[in-house]
Amino acid sequence: MDWSYTIWIPLLPFIGFLLLGFYGRKLPAPVPGWIGTVGVFGALVLSYITAYNYFFVENTDMLYEPVKGFEMLWMNFTDVLQFKMGVLLDPISVMMMVVVSTVSFLVHVYSIGYMKGDPGFGRFFVSLSLFTFAMLGLVVATNLFQIYFFWELVGVSSYLLIGFYYEKPSAILASKKAFIVTRFADFFFLIGILIISYYTQTFDFITLNGMEQSTFASLSASSFMGMSVLAWALTLAFIGGAGKSAMFPLHIWLPDAMEGPTPVSALIHAATMVVAGVFLVARLFPMYSHVDGGTVLHIVAFVGAFSSLFAAIIALTQMDIKRVLAFSTMSQIGYMMLGLGVSGLEGHEGLGYTASMFHLLTHAFFKSLLFLGAGAIIHAVHSNYMTKMGGLRKYLPITHITFLIAALAISGIWPFAGFFSKDAILDAAYMHNKIYFWVGWFVAGLTAFYMFRLYFRIFWYEDREYKHTPHEAPATMTYPLMILGALSLVSGFAFFHIWPFAEYISPTGEPFHMHINWLLAGISIGVAILGIVLAAVMYMKKSDIPDKISNAFGVLYKWTYNKFYFDEIYMFVTKKIMFGIISAGWTWFDTKIVDGTMNLIGNTTVRSSQAIKKMQSGKMQDYAYAIVSGAIALVIIFVYIWTH
Amino acid sequence: MIPGVGITHVLIVSTLMFFIGIYGFLTRKNLITILIAIELILNSVAINFIVINKYLFPEKINGQIFSIFIIAVAAAEVAIAIAVVIDFYRINKSIDVEHGETMKY
Repeated sequence: MDWSYTIWIPLLPFIGFLLLGFYGRKLPAPVPGWIGTVGVFGALVLSYITAYNYFFVENTDMLYEPVKGFEMLWMNFTDVLQFKMGVLLDPISVMMMVVVSTVSFLVHVYSIGYMKGDPGFGRFFVSLSLFTFAMLGLVVATNLFQIYFFWELVGVSSYLLIGFYYEKPSAILASKKAFIVTRFADFFFLIGILIISYYTQTFDFITLNGMEQSTFASLSASSFMGMSVLAWALTLAFIGGAGKSAMFPLHIWLPDAMEGPTPVSALIHAATMVVAGVFLVARLFPMYSHVDGGTVLHIVAFVGAFSSLFAAIIALTQMDIKRVLAFSTMSQIGYMMLGLGVSGLEGHEGLGYTASMFHLLTHAFFKSLLFLGAGAIIHAVHSNYMTKMGGLRKYLPITHITFLIAALAISGIWPFAGFFSKDAILDAAYMHNKIYFWVGWFVAGLTAFYMFRLYFRIFWYEDREYKHTPHEAPATMTYPLMILGALSLVSGFAFFHIWPFAEYISPTGEPFHMHINWLLAGISIGVAILGIVLAAVMYMKKSDIPDKISNAFGVLYKWTYNKFYFDEIYMFVTKKIMFGIISAGWTWFDTKIVDGTMNLIGNTTVRSSQAIKKMQSGKMQDYAYAIVSGAIALVIIFVYIWTH
Repeated sequence: MIPGVGITHVLIVSTLMFFIGIYGFLTRKNLITILIAIELILNSVAINFIVINKYLFPEKINGQIFSIFIIAVAAAEVAIAIAVVIDFYRINKSIDVEHGETMKY
């Protein structure tokens, strides 16, 4: 089959970006939105065609081999060092392009309503199209160089969109913070790429993933602190992924990134860009499990489990609804990392990998739905804080129902989407290590509690008097909500019973059978229902129970409310220790010696020219004197030389 | 070739003309007089060309051609210079070179 048309999947949004970038700002308000949407819609249609062809037409023997749909040589340095760009088709990249284009399309449509009347309407869609192009380019990357290229490009578009309201100082600070933190992590990723390509002599994913365990062992003979050099390289690559995916301790940028417009939070900081780290580990998964027998995966699992617990605890106390959702995203990505970390490679051992990808898919739907719902609420109430909300179910019926569906899905209630994927991750964790299972189980309870705390605070609690009666959002906003609601409702069930996920997506491409362990599922549903009931008791009606509980916890409550003071710790380390102590000598050298030398040269030039500029009197005859006396002097000198 | 008149005599005349021109150019304040001084310089050079051609290389005509060039250039230069002087007068209501001092640092 000829797959070369797949190159248009990233290129269509790119064309939209170019058109909007050159002409978009001159067009009247809704037009740039529709241009961007059409570009993404083209990518959406092509993604669905590709997925259909890949899963149902081409590979009917149920064994999914990676194929290169398109590849071109981009930069040719030597025979070995060649940078290529292309489209790699394998189960996860096809799944990711479907997820990215679907969510991006819905967010584009939603933004047409949400951004109406904003002076930066055209600029918003320029950045959004750029992001869609970059993300699609990232998921179809055929080699490490391409994924790094697009990795930085999504970072840039994320920076542009977080700082979209550039007149707000907090938005500028947040965009800088996000860019610097992720860029800091990307530096480790770059070193990892360089080490990997140096030892294996290739960037190509198919080659890297096709290598045997013994090949890796012979390639990386040297070791450092008990891990081979390739294992270190993969750890560095994982640090890059952890930065992008907001894993502890590089999570500090994600809550602040909520300064951006809410559709951006839904697309970039919930559904697509932040799962790039998960996608990176999944992309190199055979390599991760081969090098050193999967040592690095232990790190992945630990970081994932810890981040998911850490973020869930912080989410319990936050009052800004978007920040609750941000920490919830971090927690769910921790789940995905945990799933990858506990996974094996062959057959049913690969359940963790499949579950992680499954959770990525369902999470993209219900989390972007939660964010878009939050956007509709903020649109109606004009505030991010849940203290300003309450009793909204009467005013926003569609938002209310879809938000409830998403909350049930993320809490893992049967038969909503989150149940199947979360249960599969917990199942994989249980097979690997019981402690991870219990952490995941506890986080499931916390998730249900904080999601329903949010739900009840927004839609029930007390009836408020609003200055302007809140009204339901326009059709461009409610239709995406309803579509995502439907997807959150059925995608888990459909991909478990009708098209079983494990038969399409597994670490090796060979299908296996996935089944529900009803004992584990039962206790995780149990804890989720317990969380929901607790939230209902505390927040369905206004009561003093929450205050009593927070007072009882005292210091602990304050710590979680302040996110365990991690921002302050980072500020202390960078401002006081790094700028104040470690780099003080360098600062002195830079300001005194380096700048001093430059200033000296500049000042000398200025002073000497001021001293001699009086010679230019403006009198023509003075100049003539100078010319004549110069000529005479020359004549005298030459005559003297000739005669001696 | 006039009998009794050698190349040295003519060169002395042209040198005198040249330095009279330089002196006039440096000391006079009136733009028209300065222009006349420049003419003196140019003509002294033209005389040099003719004389050296005639006495040293009688079979060639290069010097004569160059002196014709100088005359043509001098005519063009005068046309432009007079235009400049007229404009200068319109701006300063005077043709005294002392009034043209605005173009300094």
